[in-house]
Amino acid sequence: MGLVILCVIWLITLASTYFFVAKTWWFPHGASAATAALDHQFAVTFILMGVIFLAAQLALGYFVWRYRDQPSATRADYSHGNLKLEIIWTTLTAILFVGLNLLGSPIWAAERFRPAVEGATRVEVTGMQFAWYFRYPGPDGKFGIARPELEDPSAGGEAALGLDPADPASKDDVVTGTMVVPVDREVEVILRAHDVIHSFFVPAMRFKQDAVPGLAIHMHFTPTEKGNFEITCAELCGLGHYKMHGMLKVVSQDEFDKWLADREAEKQ
Amino acid sequence: MVAQESHQHAAPQGFIRKWVFSLDHKVIGLQYYFLALTAVFVGMFLSLLMRIHLIWPTAILPLLGAIKPETYLSLVTMHGTIMVFFVLTTAPQGGFGNYFLPIQIGAPDMAFPVLNMLSFWTTFTAYIVMLAAFFVVGGAPLHGWTGYAPMSALQSSGPGEGLGADLWIISIAVFCIASLMGALNFITTTLDMRARGMSMMRMPLTCWSWFITAILGLLAFGVLLSAGILLLMDRNIGTSFFLPLGTINGQLTGHKGGSPLLWQHLFWFFGHPEVYIAILPGMGVASQILSTFSRKPIFGYKAMVYAMLSIGLLGFMVWGHHMFMSGMSPYTAFAFSIMTMAIGVPSAIKTFNWLGTLHKGRIRFHSPMLFAIGFVSLFVSGGLSGPFLAQPALDIPLHDTAFVPGHFHLIMGVAAIFGIFAATYYWFPKMFGRMMNEKMARIHFFLTLIGTYCVFMPMHYLGLAGQPRRYSQLTELAYLHPLIGLNTFMTYAAIVTVAAQLIFLFNLFWSMFKGQKASDNPWEATTLEWTTATPPPHDNFGGRTPVVHNGPYEYSVPGAPRDYVMQSDPATVQAH
Repeated sequence: MGLVILCVIWLITLASTYFFVAKTWWFPHGASAATAALDHQFAVTFILMGVIFLAAQLALGYFVWRYRDQPSATRADYSHGNLKLEIIWTTLTAILFVGLNLLGSPIWAAERFRPAVEGATRVEVTGMQFAWYFRYPGPDGKFGIARPELEDPSAGGEAALGLDPADPASKDDVVTGTMVVPVDREVEVILRAHDVIHSFFVPAMRFKQDAVPGLAIHMHFTPTEKGNFEITCAELCGLGHYKMHGMLKVVSQDEFDKWLADREAEKQ
Repeated sequence: MVAQESHQHAAPQGFIRKWVFSLDHKVIGLQYYFLALTAVFVGMFLSLLMRIHLIWPTAILPLLGAIKPETYLSLVTMHGTIMVFFVLTTAPQGGFGNYFLPIQIGAPDMAFPVLNMLSFWTTFTAYIVMLAAFFVVGGAPLHGWTGYAPMSALQSSGPGEGLGADLWIISIAVFCIASLMGALNFITTTLDMRARGMSMMRMPLTCWSWFITAILGLLAFGVLLSAGILLLMDRNIGTSFFLPLGTINGQLTGHKGGSPLLWQHLFWFFGHPEVYIAILPGMGVASQILSTFSRKPIFGYKAMVYAMLSIGLLGFMVWGHHMFMSGMSPYTAFAFSIMTMAIGVPSAIKTFNWLGTLHKGRIRFHSPMLFAIGFVSLFVSGGLSGPFLAQPALDIPLHDTAFVPGHFHLIMGVAAIFGIFAATYYWFPKMFGRMMNEKMARIHFFLTLIGTYCVFMPMHYLGLAGQPRRYSQLTELAYLHPLIGLNTFMTYAAIVTVAAQLIFLFNLFWSMFKGQKASDNPWEATTLEWTTATPPPHDNFGGRTPVVHNGPYEYSVPGAPRDYVMQSDPATVQAH
């Protein structure tokens, strides 16, 4: 029986590890400035935890087999533990875990502690059951006032966001269903939600943030590659949660300027 | 200790007083256990439907018809709620804790037998109200077991958010009241009812785990109860605790000024200790069984006690790690993150000490031991994904992906369930006077261990690949398409694992009537429940009052006639 348990535990352990190491299923290709640091921190954590995982599981399997009861076995060792070992073990894990935490903190600080840089592309992202809307402030650089009582999701576009046509700042606001941003320039997202909590998740950008009714959450990320990247909703928001998705198009600055100008022209 | 005399009540005669409205902690323990047993099969069935819908969304199921996306979310919600409250909180504490805490500390009953009966029947009421949510117009709620507002606070946020959601909240509130009563009883019993010689540091680690769990419950359930009442008021009488100015389907909600994040703070202030409420008794049982079947004293008894105490204490300071992406101040993440990492230290101590207990032991592979070994393996696997999620930076890619259910299912789901299985196989002989069938138990063990790993380990891979939680279908997003194959594998693994539980169910009931007769101490264990008759008499010790002379895990004592010295044996063991 000891040998069977050893084999099963070792097999589970090695198979689980194999798929991590082989990266059979892995992060989608990262296309943002945050990717390198985040993926590195993941790798460091992964190696440390992986070593402990292997050591603990292999030891568990080995001990179970090695110290099995059999006629030739001696009486078990009468020991209530070992204080010195406990202290060493406690200190090492404390150093490991706190160290890991400190190592990861600068990444979090870089992502979340500073506001977006001057001149970032500003996009207001609004979640509502079950779609994402993207609003650009237009040439005046100002978002017009949106009023909840004017919201009409069935009309889509500006009306869905409840844009107040009486506000001059809203005249040039562009509302789209696809998020277009220029490459290699920081994007400031202003996250809002109308009804329930949604979560703006762009796996390729290594970006995620909840959108909460009543809050305007300012965040930033920098796309470093052109292409189309899928946007999902990561927070349970209702029966259409699984199909609340959008597309992030990262294009060159010229293409972005032309695209925005065309939208402005359409509006006038 | 002095309080014992006043707690003796005569054995009841009629069926109703003996088996239904019983004051006997043993009967109440069994009532809790069987309530949890029905709940675990309901919860498991719901998860099976989820896995089937995920892979075959158009399948027409017999009797149930097609599953709609909203039905899928009802399944998500009810699976989580039933499992967390009516299985993981109910079976280890209400079930085994009720049955064995008084016996292990040498008491004739719990401190407050009437309160004990009340807390069971209140739990039962909560359970019925919860199940009723399936059968009302609109069905069960969609908002997940975490019930995030505003979704849970607005009747119009989806089907199931009407009466179904009200019943869900009422059930949880009633459950909180029951758990508060239970917690008071456990704490008082542990502090006041111990037999002579049973000092705190001579208590079996199971008793420590139930005691600490009760303290956590006392502090946590009150908060959830309040939050639930506020949520009911938001839904039904127009308050705005959790609701800011907002709309739903383009209509103003009529609320303003509330904070959706307030709900999350209140919920997780309960929710994180709840995780330890589920797993601590499993730790206690695993320690008890590993020591008994290794024929060795537990490695580092005091370290185990202090580790559980610090897990309990730190457990109240880490709730914010569920909220790194929620929009709360990013600066708080530092504190919550370091506290969470700190919990890794006592958890690692426990793992180390379990391995230390096996080392140089003489291991007997009876069914309780198999599940205790499985518990350690699962605790390690589920625990080590914790330090990923504890780092706010890594939550950016991982939060709300399948990585999270992978993590918590292994550690607070499957590991805790393995604790319950281990306890069932271990104490079944004492509870029913017969042994469970070992052959069936072994098949059950290996199928369940391999099966659950096949279901939950891949969730980590899916999480890395970015599969969000609570998606009823994976067809809408192109980057999820390559993950459907792995999901199909998990569904097959789930079907096998569920089937394996039928072996357990059969073994349980078959052994009650046909199992081999058990002796009073079939495992040659040391704690007080093994000194009394099988099953124990109404007052637990048949008029005797046990006196304790030894620590709980005196195995293989040099010079002792047998390889175990019971707690009530005359003092032969030197103090250490």
